[in-house]
Amino acid sequence: MSAKTLYDKLWDQHLVKQRDDGTALIYIDRHMLHEVTSPQAFEGLRLAKRKPWRLDANLATADHNVPTTLIERAEGNKGIKDPVSLIQVQTLDDNCLEYGITEFGINDPRQGIVHVIGPEQGATLPGMTVVCGDSHTATHGAFGALAHGIGTSEVEHVLATQCLLTQKMKNMQVRVEGELGLGVTAKDVVLAIIGKIGTAGGTGYAIEFAGSAIESLSMEGRMTVCNMAIEAGARVGMIAVDETTIDYIGNRPYAPTAEQWEAAVADWRNLVSDPDAEFDKIVTLDADEIEPQVSWGTSPEMVTGISGQVPDPEAALDETIKRSHVRALEYMGLQPNQKITDIQLDKVFIGSCTNSRIEDLREAAKVAKGKKVASNIQLAMVVPGSGLVKRQAEEEGLDKIFIEAGFEWREPGCSMCLAMNADKLGAGEHCASTSNRNFEGRQGYGGRTHLVSPAMAAAAAIAGHFVDVRSLPANDANHAQEA
Amino acid sequence: MKKFERFEGVVAPLDRANVDTDLIIPKQFLKSIKRTGFGVNLFDELRYLDEGQPGQDCSNRPLNPDFVLNQPRYQNAEILLTRRNFGCGSSREHAPWALEDFGFKVVIAPSFADIFYNNAFKNGLLLVRLEEDEIERLFQETEEREGYALDVDLENQRIITPRGEILEFDVDEFRKHCLLEGLDDIGITLQDDAVIRQFEQQHREQRPWLFR
Repeated sequence: MSAKTLYDKLWDQHLVKQRDDGTALIYIDRHMLHEVTSPQAFEGLRLAKRKPWRLDANLATADHNVPTTLIERAEGNKGIKDPVSLIQVQTLDDNCLEYGITEFGINDPRQGIVHVIGPEQGATLPGMTVVCGDSHTATHGAFGALAHGIGTSEVEHVLATQCLLTQKMKNMQVRVEGELGLGVTAKDVVLAIIGKIGTAGGTGYAIEFAGSAIESLSMEGRMTVCNMAIEAGARVGMIAVDETTIDYIGNRPYAPTAEQWEAAVADWRNLVSDPDAEFDKIVTLDADEIEPQVSWGTSPEMVTGISGQVPDPEAALDETIKRSHVRALEYMGLQPNQKITDIQLDKVFIGSCTNSRIEDLREAAKVAKGKKVASNIQLAMVVPGSGLVKRQAEEEGLDKIFIEAGFEWREPGCSMCLAMNADKLGAGEHCASTSNRNFEGRQGYGGRTHLVSPAMAAAAAIAGHFVDVRSLPANDANHAQEA
Repeated sequence: MKKFERFEGVVAPLDRANVDTDLIIPKQFLKSIKRTGFGVNLFDELRYLDEGQPGQDCSNRPLNPDFVLNQPRYQNAEILLTRRNFGCGSSREHAPWALEDFGFKVVIAPSFADIFYNNAFKNGLLLVRLEEDEIERLFQETEEREGYALDVDLENQRIITPRGEILEFDVDEFRKHCLLEGLDDIGITLQDDAVIRQFEQQHREQRPWLFR
């Protein structure tokens, strides 16, 4: 039998039918649902008089539209002031009730961002196929799962058939070798990867992240890396199973127990690429060379190290790139060759499916501890990824650190990552954000997003502009990644 | 889904690479629970000079006169010509819904993002990949001649320019078949319902921990 990549193995284990026309049906083990991309899918089922194929494969929560202040959340759905958002959240509740799908409603302590709650509940397991109507579903690939972001028509297809109609992708391996410097986190690694291969570099590929620097990451860090595979153009990002993976899963509510646990773990240990497996493309990065990253433009590939500067469009490789750089600088209100550390900020957002897990909050809190948010920062907010992350952070006293430093401590949701609720940037405002996309208008009309790690966002909040988290005195940032 | 038939349509050039789905349809419009009505907000931030709100009457909003779709010569465009990596970013199917609702039937670019590519075909929107130099030529010709239209022949996988030049393109058999016949994926998949059930049973026996 020929050597296989992790992706090949997961594909083979779920292949229901290969068709002559090149398409294939693959079986879906876990389907996560949220309020924005599901209503039209349920409507489609209803119109065609179809029923969900297997109820227990589905898990739903409302995350994109939910308000994040305590006052609003105390009222449940009634606290959603925007009537259009309310209809969407209510529609998810109604659909889940009608069809019998498990939903963590707005006031359930387990509610949160879908890509945080799946792993947190053990509902995401190694060897699973996981889909969700959200491009950041690649997050779940951190567990050695095959996780795809899908569109609404595919949501309906998965509900009705438990299968995804797809085509096999090509295999890419991104190796990050060596040791990450102090203050350099998973977020910096993935931004550096995107900076290197570009936002279309992974198009058509399933990316496996590997190498000693990836292996050294916690599950939270691995989720951050896989989360942004789509920002490199790849629908799928994944990391092989090891002890770190297995340790994380044990005792979670949906995880197997007793004899099934033993059998599952034995099976999961095979979820690695064979040593002589062939990849269609291999990209290698040297971990020592990665410094804390900051995006300066309107695409995640427009990123550089904290010691760098905004590029000069005149130096661009081709005319298309030059034009997009000119447009990006104009939108962002930045000058060619401006130092990254000279970018003044107005808001800071710590949260999103990329960076809202407990480790992210710990890293940010270490930097913020005993400090004050700079006077030019109008709003610095921390939005935990789930009710359970929030509870744990409070047990560790992280909320007090943030509040004393002048951050707002919010309720879980997608929040200002995409500004579908009231949390948004005003026109022209610069934001240090731990989210995943710096597209025009993403965080609010005319808003200017800079993507960074949680530690870098916290440091920027304290300084009022970007600073190198590695240059801060000991006992805070330099220990950030040890958490 | 409507059958995709051969047609001749006016081309609108959107000279921009990496057009993301947030740009195609900004997030405030994703709150709808319907599939239709997104056309008036297609490229909202480029098209209008103010910030759009869902449910708003767009007829009195200030238009950006520089934006291509606001120029009279492109009013009835059915083909969008654009640059590489079109549709990157979010999985929102509202992006192809908005393009279609506006009246586009075809988007031509050197490359497309994966999820957008899937979503478009599932809604009857044809995406055509051409070489960079062919795209460059089409941009020039569109610019030069008002009312520039292309003949799109999916059956034979070719586009014919007004000068009679034939540009061939690739599309996979299944997607082409579904578009030409206006077929719904789910119905096709459910013909294999017994195969899925058999696979599921075996999968459950082998890995029971996946079923809880």
